[in-house]
Amino acid sequence: MYDFAYQKPSSLADAVKALSADPDAKALAGGMTLIPVLKQRLNKPSLLVDLAKLGLVGITVSGNTVTIAGMTTHGAVAADAGLKSKIPSLSEMASFIGDEAVRHRGTIGGSLANNDPAADYPAAVLALDATIKTDRRSIKGDDFFQGMFTTTLEQGELITAVEFPAPEKGAYEKFRNPASRYAIVGVYVAKTAGGVRVAVTGAGQGGVFRHTAMEQALSANFSPDAIANITTPVDGLNSDIHASAEYRAHLVGVMAKRAVARAY
Amino acid sequence: MPFEGIGAAVRRKEDARFLSGRGNYTDDINRPGQLHAFVRRSDRPHARIGRIDTEQAAKAPGVVAVFTGADMAADNVGGLPCGWQIHNKDGSPMKEPPHPVIAVDKVRHVGDPVAVVVAETKQAAKDAAELIEIDYQELPAVASVRDAIAPGASLVHDDAPGNICYDWHIGDKALVDAAFAKAAKVVKLELTNNRLIPNAMEPRAAVGDFDPHGGDFTLYTTSQNPHVIRLLMGAFVLHIPENKLRVVAPDVGGGFGSKIYHYAEEAIVTWAAGKVRRPVKWTAERNESFMSDAHGRDHDTMAEMALDADGNFLALRVSTLANMGGYLSTFAPCIPTYLYATLLAGVYKTPVIYCEVKAVFTNTVPVDAYRGAGRPEATFLLERLVDACARDTGMDRVAIRRKNFIPADAFPYQTPVALQYDSGDYQATLDACLKAADYAGFEARRAAAAAKGKLRGIGISTYLEACGIAPSAVVGSLGARAGLYEVANIKVHPTGSVSVYTGTHSHGQGHETTLAQLVTDQLGVPFDQVEVVHGDTGKIPFGMGTYGSRSLAVGGTAMVKAMDKIIAKGKKIAAHLMEASVEDIEFKDGQFSVAGTDKSKTLTDISLAAYVPHNYPIEELEPGLDETAFYDPKNFTFPGGCHVAEVEIDKDTGVAEVVNFVAVDDVGRVINPMIVEGQVQGGVAQGIGQALLENAVYDEGGQLLSGSFMDYSMPRANDLPMIKVGTETTLCTHNPLGVKGCGEVGAIGSPPAVINAVIDALKDYGVRHIDMPASPQKLWSIIRSGTPRMAAE
Ligand SMILES: Cc1cc2nc3c(=O)[nH]c(=O)nc-3n(C[C@H](O)[C@H](O)[C@H](O)COP(=O)(O)OP(=O)(O)OC[C@H]3O[C@@H](n4cnc5c(N)ncnc54)[C@H](O)[C@@H]3O)c2cc1C
Repeated sequence: MYDFAYQKPSSLADAVKALSADPDAKALAGGMTLIPVLKQRLNKPSLLVDLAKLGLVGITVSGNTVTIAGMTTHGAVAADAGLKSKIPSLSEMASFIGDEAVRHRGTIGGSLANNDPAADYPAAVLALDATIKTDRRSIKGDDFFQGMFTTTLEQGELITAVEFPAPEKGAYEKFRNPASRYAIVGVYVAKTAGGVRVAVTGAGQGGVFRHTAMEQALSANFSPDAIANITTPVDGLNSDIHASAEYRAHLVGVMAKRAVARAY
Repeated sequence: MPFEGIGAAVRRKEDARFLSGRGNYTDDINRPGQLHAFVRRSDRPHARIGRIDTEQAAKAPGVVAVFTGADMAADNVGGLPCGWQIHNKDGSPMKEPPHPVIAVDKVRHVGDPVAVVVAETKQAAKDAAELIEIDYQELPAVASVRDAIAPGASLVHDDAPGNICYDWHIGDKALVDAAFAKAAKVVKLELTNNRLIPNAMEPRAAVGDFDPHGGDFTLYTTSQNPHVIRLLMGAFVLHIPENKLRVVAPDVGGGFGSKIYHYAEEAIVTWAAGKVRRPVKWTAERNESFMSDAHGRDHDTMAEMALDADGNFLALRVSTLANMGGYLSTFAPCIPTYLYATLLAGVYKTPVIYCEVKAVFTNTVPVDAYRGAGRPEATFLLERLVDACARDTGMDRVAIRRKNFIPADAFPYQTPVALQYDSGDYQATLDACLKAADYAGFEARRAAAAAKGKLRGIGISTYLEACGIAPSAVVGSLGARAGLYEVANIKVHPTGSVSVYTGTHSHGQGHETTLAQLVTDQLGVPFDQVEVVHGDTGKIPFGMGTYGSRSLAVGGTAMVKAMDKIIAKGKKIAAHLMEASVEDIEFKDGQFSVAGTDKSKTLTDISLAAYVPHNYPIEELEPGLDETAFYDPKNFTFPGGCHVAEVEIDKDTGVAEVVNFVAVDDVGRVINPMIVEGQVQGGVAQGIGQALLENAVYDEGGQLLSGSFMDYSMPRANDLPMIKVGTETTLCTHNPLGVKGCGEVGAIGSPPAVINAVIDALKDYGVRHIDMPASPQKLWSIIRSGTPRMAAE
């Protein structure tokens, strides 16, 4: 990696200030994406601002809402008893991310800020209609993702927490890339008070998206049969050495049906 | 004394060191004043090199030197040599274009070294390497063998027309053609053997050291064969005599063949250390491993079997295109010829066989031996073809194999493709494996899986391989430029402990344990008083290293020969001490005794006398108890056996999972059953990896698309079932231990078992062949396009 300066501030305000002052500064969370990118010299930040001492860790349950602080690791999310009782499908999803070591370091804030088109959390945020809290505002999941590796976050803006309303039931089904174990296709289905939401990750060229045709069919009849005949248009889907757009379109259907069947 | 000799499942001595992080790997070695090298590699698959501007890089902070291919050429550095020469059908030698250590006129694959920066830190070297400006004139690239041999294809080497390295053949074509002409049935199969990237856990590394006073060079390197590296690099590349060049291969974290070869970076750090007069270290980053470690396999083959009306094999005809990559790696030419075509008889008594192989240059990383080397390619072809024969003739897959097996009483058996098998019992390994796999109960399991919506299939592979490499005169006549004997030096120390200096090298195989067990068995010395030393030309007399499952069959035999000399000398000393005649001395379990008396001396009594020769036949006998033996094997060894795989396929997604795997192998005498089990399991894991997951993919333009673990799928523990391993033994008849070898059988026997199982699972979909890897997308397409129908042509 190239040389960079390093800071580990102990207040959110200091972190935001340092990041806002320098367009080439970057926040460092678990480092599971950023460090490999730096090692490959694909990025040359002037300054890394480590978020580890901001106290942004923990999961709180209040009524029907679960709030996960921005620096909470996937491992902690997967293990939290309070979360498991409210949104078990979300803890299970976190347990599918990467491997033990990655889950021990990687954070929810880092994953969402990065918005990798094959990452798992974006599907959870969209399907569960979550709200992203930053140092300066609240952003609805539907407004947050702006295409692959792009979000509405401004320079220096930090994710401090994510608020998830508990659905009636839900499930996440992931078809792993055999090499990277990221999602070739991941489908999160949630039956919420406001209707059924279906979010698809891994498949779309523009990153995570909601599958409105399936949402409508499932809102009318929450059963795998309801979406058996719904096809996913191949246009706009990814194609690579592991899976063609056609295969991905097919997998969206399979994963969605399985998620509906297993929703809990 | 606990049982620690031949046959004991002794725990591996080396594991305590490895598991507690106390291994000593090349990258752990740091020499005083050491500098770091970074190799600037080509990102172009094929280009002419114009100007290379190193001025900015040379001025960068911390930089000590920047070198290009021109600098090495000016210093009379030779190219990387090829260790095997194949001859064409017409008797002319293969094309052997130069392989400069650092590219000079052209780059021929992504990863080809173009310049080297030597600096105070790796970081500084890497920073400076970015400042090197290279003018490339890009040329059209060829990545696949088919594209490379197409008329008008861009030439990788101007002096290799049609990109052909050689056009070789073996067998009697006329006889084979005649047999085909009168065959009742001909079964054809076109297949590829997918290209693999070895991915040893430890990336390659090298440290070059130079002593300016004595002019001595030392190279520490991740090698399977330090003496071979000393020979090749010293004699052909850097022109350093043996007495001035020491090569050390310390702990090495996996090789699988990829660390046999003499690589550019070894020459670079050694040469650069001499130039800058300081030690120079290079350690590969993982992405460099992907684009610079020799790859494996990559064949395109057409195979045909001629059968009579009863299903007897009459003749086999094979035509293969083998990808060599951009240059010839050290042993590349022999892999698709003498380690491949000679294996095409397999376990079958096919009377005549003809095989022609065209080796082809492409703009890809050089291809060379990878676990099994040639034999997995032959086995995949044959075991797929035999299944296709069963299918096309309506015969049972087991029955057609049994019918064509070389019978157990036919040994020694001369095949039509040069090899003479010494021993084996293929019915026995097949029987044992079918039983262990509950083959008879399979249809019930298939039905149970179907009830869950899964497609279940079972596949068999009955295979044979040739290892224990190799009789020097034989391989010499076939084009090898080296001998393939092995060397052991055994020192019995004054107090009776033993050091073994072996020319083989352990990089995961457990030699420190297995070879110590041999000493315990033969000399009666307790296991923990035996030390096995390997990997240092400064300590070991000579050796050809470890590959081709040769360490025990060849290196172990050299040890036995050296121990025979120890015992013979010990008898003379014992005779003197006990005032008996040498002919009356017997040696057993560490005791020299006078026959018919109760007089005896321990090995320690003898060794003490040998080193403190006060009462000693000093007029006739030298002091000391230290013997060396060179052993050249009489033949290859021929392990073989049967692998049975069972898979389940998810109809919706196409994912195939291996749910059962049984291997029953005949590896000859088993020294340590636990190590054999581990070796077979590791090999099977790689075989399942090849069958279902691994694939090195180049795009048409020569860019490596699977250039990292994000896209290259290594098998993980949870991709594998519990792998059951059994052995059925026939002894090798031409080495004293009766051993055959177990390092490669797993990777050789397993891929066709898995693919045969996948095809069996899809039998209602009319599929006749599937190339590896049987990826989910591939299987899904088959399932989707075939409405289930009964298998019919
Ligand atoms: C081997 C491996 C396998 C993986 N598998 C998966 C998988 O299967 N599924 C999956 O979803 N992910 C996977 N990941 C990614 C991983 O889960 C991490 O979540 C992800 O790398 C980012 O989180 P992080 O905390 O490591 O962020 P970092 O790498 O530290 O940062 C990532 C980016 O986010 C920014 N950032 C970090 N935190 C914040 C914040 N609070 N506010 C604003 N910006 C921020 C950083 O500046 C940086 O640009 C894998 C990673 C690895 C290494």
